[in-house]
Amino acid sequence: MMKLFSEKSIKKALTVIAFSAIAALLLIVVFIILEGLPFIFKVGISDFLFSSEWEPQMGRFGIFPMIIGSLVVTLGSMIVGIPLALSGAIFLSEFVPRWAMRIIKPTIELLAGIPSVVYGFIGVMVLAPLIRDYLGGPGLSILAASIILGIMILPTILSISIDSLKAVPQSYREGAFALGATHWQTIHMAVLPAAKSGIIAGIILGLGRAIGETMAVIMVTGNAVILPKSPLYSVRTLTANIALEMGYATGMHRQSLFATGVILLIIIMVLNYTATIAIRRRVGKK
Amino acid sequence: MTDRSKFIIENLNAYWSDVQVLRSININIVSNKILGIIGPSGSGKTVFLRTLNRLNDLVPEIRIDGRILLDGKDIYDPDVDPVELRKKIGIVFALPIPLPASIHDNVIYGPSLSGIRNRHKLDELVEKSLKSAFLWDEVRDRLTTSAMRLSGGQQQRLCLARILAMEPDVIMLDEPCSGLDPISTSQIESALTELKKEYTIILVTNNTKQAARVADNTAFFLMNEMIEYGPTDVIFTVPRDKRTIDYITGRFG
Repeated sequence: MMKLFSEKSIKKALTVIAFSAIAALLLIVVFIILEGLPFIFKVGISDFLFSSEWEPQMGRFGIFPMIIGSLVVTLGSMIVGIPLALSGAIFLSEFVPRWAMRIIKPTIELLAGIPSVVYGFIGVMVLAPLIRDYLGGPGLSILAASIILGIMILPTILSISIDSLKAVPQSYREGAFALGATHWQTIHMAVLPAAKSGIIAGIILGLGRAIGETMAVIMVTGNAVILPKSPLYSVRTLTANIALEMGYATGMHRQSLFATGVILLIIIMVLNYTATIAIRRRVGKK
Repeated sequence: MTDRSKFIIENLNAYWSDVQVLRSININIVSNKILGIIGPSGSGKTVFLRTLNRLNDLVPEIRIDGRILLDGKDIYDPDVDPVELRKKIGIVFALPIPLPASIHDNVIYGPSLSGIRNRHKLDELVEKSLKSAFLWDEVRDRLTTSAMRLSGGQQQRLCLARILAMEPDVIMLDEPCSGLDPISTSQIESALTELKKEYTIILVTNNTKQAARVADNTAFFLMNEMIEYGPTDVIFTVPRDKRTIDYITGRFG
């Protein structure tokens, strides 16, 4: 009797805790939307999204350059990070003996523990001057941000990819080897397709980290509200916009930052959703 | 017709780390015959099979010594490419593992690895292999559907067809019918009886009756040793070793 009671109360307690986590998320989302949405309708959706003029003091709130900035920097970090992470994961899971793996993988995961301000600092002190000296432009640029972010998302993608490659049953590999496949053909035809959904999940997590990253991005992008014409241009991302101006924003200006948050939220949700669909379709095909 | 040796295996030992898993195996495997290997689980049958196409190379813990001659050439010679060797010696596993692709693509996987690109030739291979594996009639009008949609018995025959498409010398089967119903099993057995005209077949099986039905020669493995080897009718009627009698009559353990 007593046992049954405690069993039930534990279940109840866990349910409450689980729902309060969801409630916290919901409250944040509702708050941002309540603060931001009225503003968007006041200014007009198309003016807010597609105008390039951001002068809050003058009452001009166009975040188009910031949307482009966020997307471009995220895309750049993917271009830098994905090939590195994927080839690293394949190398580490398929070619490196187990004992070496036990040393290398935790080391890579340590990269994820470095605070983003440290990444940003290295970007400002080392990378930006190099870009300025050798490629021109202000140095603080899309290119610098892409490289820094690409390295920051590396451990996320890499360690999830390794786990999913390692989870592919040995029998898959042997099946391909037994058909006379070489090591690389086996990886290409049997291992990668089987690990694909896990790898994509890793990429999505990396994507989420890249688009949401703020501190390192503020430090290395230069934060100019302009439409970039090359990777050497300085840009401002949506996250940077909120962080930079929240200290002194009031009234309409303050609301506009919440509205920026709404747009950021929507972009992240759309990206996550498309990625989830991509996974489901791949798995369904099998 | 005189019997020609396909494999000559001399004094083969295998070790998993420090444990000996094969103890001085000596056997001649005859061309165009079916060799049945029977014995309880853990007796070394599978390890033996996997040394013959060097699949054990992938397991770092396994070490072997002794000689394995395929058509007179030692397959562990440094100049033998294991990838090429595995193309000549196909293996079908206990659990069918189709690639996540269509039926057609599964069959042509091996040949296309060997560089065959001619579409006409590939289509011919698909039809011929699926026919030999007794699967053609069931799948002929849905070759482009995913191999994952086939039943277990069909997948196993597809794996056999996939091996046949590589036109190997030897076909090894590791308990191919362990997960199959009696009808699928008899289809596989019919296929094997047909196939021995062109191939040398090694069939590892937990089912002694299956060996009695299809094998020309039978080897009995027990505790990592080969206890007895001879023509199937001899092994099943007048075996020399008492342990063989005990095993095939089911009195074992």
